[in-house]
Amino acid sequence: MRIVIIGAGVIGLATAWRAAQGGATVTLVDPAPASGASSVAAGMLTPVSELSYGEEPLLRLGLASRDRYGAFAAELAEATGLDTGYRDDGTLQVAFDADDLKLLDDLRAFQESLGIPVEALTGRECRKTEPMLAPGVRGGLLAPEDGSVDPRRLAPALLAAGERLGVRLVRRRAEGVLVERDAAAGVRLDDGTGIPADKVLLAAGPWSGDLGGLPPGTVPPVRPVKGQVIRLRTPVPFLRRTTRGLVKGSSVYLVPRADGEIVIGATQEELGFDTRVTAGGLWELLRDARELLPGITELEFAEVTAGLRPGSPDNAPLMGPTALPGLYLGTGHFRNGVLLAPVSADALAAMLLDGPVPAVAAPFSPARFAPEQQ
Amino acid sequence: MTNETANGTDALVIAGEEIGSRLIMGTGGAPSMHVLREALTASGTALTTVAMRRVDPSARGSVLDVLTECGIRVLPNTAGCFTAGEAVLTAKMAREALGTNWVKLEVIADERTLLPDPIELVEAAEQLVDDGFVVLPYTSDDPVLAHRLERLGCAAVMPLGSPIGSGLGIRNPHNIELIVERAGVPVILDAGLGTASDAALAMELGCDAVLLATAVTRAQAPARMATAMRHAVEAGRLARLAGRIPKRRYAQASSPFEGLASS
Repeated sequence: MRIVIIGAGVIGLATAWRAAQGGATVTLVDPAPASGASSVAAGMLTPVSELSYGEEPLLRLGLASRDRYGAFAAELAEATGLDTGYRDDGTLQVAFDADDLKLLDDLRAFQESLGIPVEALTGRECRKTEPMLAPGVRGGLLAPEDGSVDPRRLAPALLAAGERLGVRLVRRRAEGVLVERDAAAGVRLDDGTGIPADKVLLAAGPWSGDLGGLPPGTVPPVRPVKGQVIRLRTPVPFLRRTTRGLVKGSSVYLVPRADGEIVIGATQEELGFDTRVTAGGLWELLRDARELLPGITELEFAEVTAGLRPGSPDNAPLMGPTALPGLYLGTGHFRNGVLLAPVSADALAAMLLDGPVPAVAAPFSPARFAPEQQ
Repeated sequence: MTNETANGTDALVIAGEEIGSRLIMGTGGAPSMHVLREALTASGTALTTVAMRRVDPSARGSVLDVLTECGIRVLPNTAGCFTAGEAVLTAKMAREALGTNWVKLEVIADERTLLPDPIELVEAAEQLVDDGFVVLPYTSDDPVLAHRLERLGCAAVMPLGSPIGSGLGIRNPHNIELIVERAGVPVILDAGLGTASDAALAMELGCDAVLLATAVTRAQAPARMATAMRHAVEAGRLARLAGRIPKRRYAQASSPFEGLASS
């Protein structure tokens, strides 16, 4: 089985690795591997605190993926000797004022109605858990099993693991899908050459809708959703675990890493393929982060980046076959690409290799956006 | 302003144009494009406002695409502007990008309350009206300010019920009544509504339309709340036109006691 995967972000990389483990001959096509959202993302593994009304199937998928992460990271480390920065020490979500606390109480009631364990903390308990939190913090929720991973370590580890199993990386842009006898037969590159394949997986994030040669009805409904992210550095322990805050109705998160990096994110902007860093974006992130943790202004500024999430109409990924036989989608993971990588890779590799697909991935077929259903 | 049109239908008319629904929607706070589409469809809205600072009109799959596909007219707004200068610039960019000279004018005083800055608002409204815009200003519930905006040439006035996104409902119904009494342009209750009864009350007070976003987009089931709002606006409007009974201290039997059949 020859498989070509367009896009070497975390989804494409993880699927390439799993498919190669399954015995496929895999080629990844990407001019700049892991340079999109995968290099900007903070790497939160927080399906519980991300929960939204009406998105229960996505929660189930997120929980399934989070629960695979420990073994996934360990397997990668064993295969490559590379550490992914995986942590499962819980996520604290705090409310800054009384209005924020009402929202958090609402979220907790919803989480509990779905049988998800969270621990409600008073403001005092929050500050005992994270002593750098501002005195005004009113209360919080601890999701003990949520955690984080460092996408900038994860992506190279996935690539190395794939390469050890013979995954080939072609650093070129895919221009279109080759179609023969009404089925996908490979990928055409920007230098005019083609790579033949039995199956093609389109995992090009927000660029997935731009690929040429797609018959009507198979163009994935994904759009770029910009996120600006700041990285700070601290020489001393500052934050113990991933901390998310609702600050006067606005959301911010801080993800600490073992090496002293603290990632602050993220804006959510509908501005097309725009990756400019803006004064307002930075200001909003720093304003909210400082309200929550006044001490952050003392930390070293390291980096600011803007990435593009692949947004889908219902915020959930598109994973599965399309109307064009042989063409599969693995895109639209929006805010959750890093979290969903393990379960997506398992599901997509199973689809490509005709193996048993995890049931939890069933609701995410691209067919739900097929024109005749709208 | 109760305006039955020439052909006898009870339509909302702004700047001479008939708008097919008295429920005007906003898009802010929607959890996803899919949910937004469902909610807008359920609301029956014909006019929906979009923050021009938060969209790229050339981007694929944006809020604007959703509105186009649903056949809903776009009302660009200047949310996020703190000065008349920014608001005027944003309105002009919207006119260029979307080809409409309608604008919902918002000039916000501060981020905590998101209340309008009346001085900047009047300044921006003057400039935009002079420049040929159809201006629908988001204003505080001050009857004097609302009247002033109308005299400047605004096509409607949009007093708040309470701060944006607060869900506190209409905090000063008396002021809204005073605004309605004096208005010669449509009065659109904008901001602060939390649930269906708030929307019905706005219409009962004589408002011509209601604009809301958060109450629907952040509800647990947005499409269901949008349906509720549609019915509430219709119910409130009908109640206003029907003319409510005077309130009285003591009961009055609905059927007369006189002339009861006696055995």
